[in-house]
Amino acid sequence: MNSFNSTAVQITVNGTRWQVRAGTSVAAALGQLASGTTRTSITGEPRAPLCGMGICYECRVRIQGRIRLACQTVCADGMQIHTDMGTAPGNAP
Amino acid sequence: MMIPQRLAHQHCDVLIIGAGPAGIAAALAAAPSGVSITLVDDNPQPGGQIWRDGPQAALPLLARQHRAALARHANIRVLTGTRVVGLGATSPGDKAPALLLEDPDHGWTQHSQHIVLCTGARELLLPFPGWTLPGVTGAGALQALIKAGLDVRGQRIVVAGTGPLLLAAAATAKKAGATVVRVVEQAPWNALAGFAAQLPRWPAKAVQALSLVDFSLRACTHVLEAQGSGQVQSVLLQRGLNAPETIACDRLACGFGLVPNTQLGQMLGCALGGPLSSGQGLAVDALMRTSVPRVLAAGESTGFGGSERALIQGAIAGHAAAGQVPQAEALLPQLARWESFARELQKSFRLNEALKALARPDTLVCRCEDVPYAALAERQGWIDAKLHTRCGMGACQGRVCGAAMQHLRGWTPAPPRHLLAPARIGTLAVAAMEPGGTHQP
Repeated sequence: MNSFNSTAVQITVNGTRWQVRAGTSVAAALGQLASGTTRTSITGEPRAPLCGMGICYECRVRIQGRIRLACQTVCADGMQIHTDMGTAPGNAP
Repeated sequence: MMIPQRLAHQHCDVLIIGAGPAGIAAALAAAPSGVSITLVDDNPQPGGQIWRDGPQAALPLLARQHRAALARHANIRVLTGTRVVGLGATSPGDKAPALLLEDPDHGWTQHSQHIVLCTGARELLLPFPGWTLPGVTGAGALQALIKAGLDVRGQRIVVAGTGPLLLAAAATAKKAGATVVRVVEQAPWNALAGFAAQLPRWPAKAVQALSLVDFSLRACTHVLEAQGSGQVQSVLLQRGLNAPETIACDRLACGFGLVPNTQLGQMLGCALGGPLSSGQGLAVDALMRTSVPRVLAAGESTGFGGSERALIQGAIAGHAAAGQVPQAEALLPQLARWESFARELQKSFRLNEALKALARPDTLVCRCEDVPYAALAERQGWIDAKLHTRCGMGACQGRVCGAAMQHLRGWTPAPPRHLLAPARIGTLAVAAMEPGGTHQP
């Protein structure tokens, strides 16, 4: 038993619409995508969520224009998510 | 920058950082005294790791009861999605240090009379070849992601590392429709059997252990390498002195036990030395007081013993922070019972020395700054490594690689000084505002 019912919410990831169950974290939702990656490291490696609990910052993505941790953000209807926003200065959360 | 004054400074009697079992218990213990309580957590829901809510979570009755109890107290304010980013400027009325908090929209200075640190623990993640591949996560991490809705139906998963968390993660994955192809425990069978033989002393734990039995469990086995192109596709395992074995998988969930989250405590000046954490946890006295006046700590940040110990420690800390010493002292016998369980845990899951030799020269240790193990070979310690290689200077501030290098080389991570986590510029502007509303020069 948990606090969520089985309704769905619509999110947009890099311009593509996806439907996920209400209460799903952005990190869990990104796991449905073929690549599953959240960012590219400074030497060009693809990365995906590692710690799942807000420690490692591997899952930082742009959500509604702000850089946030995907594992600590719950999908909301209409949420705009952009992965792989780069690691240049100013792009750190 | 115009920031409304009411948002820039907030006050409470008891500020609790972390809303896992310890933090919730602290709030519920302190609440009947009538003090104003602010309970802060960076996750979207209270519950911490063990009581993490989500569309695929199965919250135990005790967790639901505790969450419902929080809602019944008007003097408990629960702030989720909120993290401590640093130290704030104290104002004359404060008896505890002021903290700088940030939620997705605002930053403010939180003033209080007592702070209770219930910051929990994170997984020890050790570098091995391929550990940066997508699909490789911590063991507790996989469990957290599944509870939060990750679809693992039909996926082949290897769970590896050490400790009871492996079986719990495997059980969660199976329930969510994955095939757990192997559970890989580094500890030898005799250590596991010794632990199991002690379990009847804590009947609830024995019942829990029985529910988690997994026939794919292999003892005395560890990961050598995760392999794949762009995504983990197989894992190479070493079992005792046998030839390495390759197993195909879609995910590898690998955690080597826990590390107490002490950064905030250390930033406040709290001494380390928790006996159930190999000295890495926050040191507390019988009433959960740290070495810093009016700063208390409870739960896994003081040492590892599970949610039962955390609940009791939290309640003791909550009573103590509310000035109810007799109520706090009445809980000490219960605490002793769970501390003995914690000692058994520590004894049984000691890490094999072979795990210190997994990283190859080109294996990245610092995942934020992509620093390979070879770059750290000549470095003498944490500060030296930071200055020469940027190891530990990225977004996670060394929370992952710092703990790894502490295990691998015995380096002690330097405590953070002012900022604990990446903060928005607006939050830092708030930190510069005095309670009177003027900006500091």
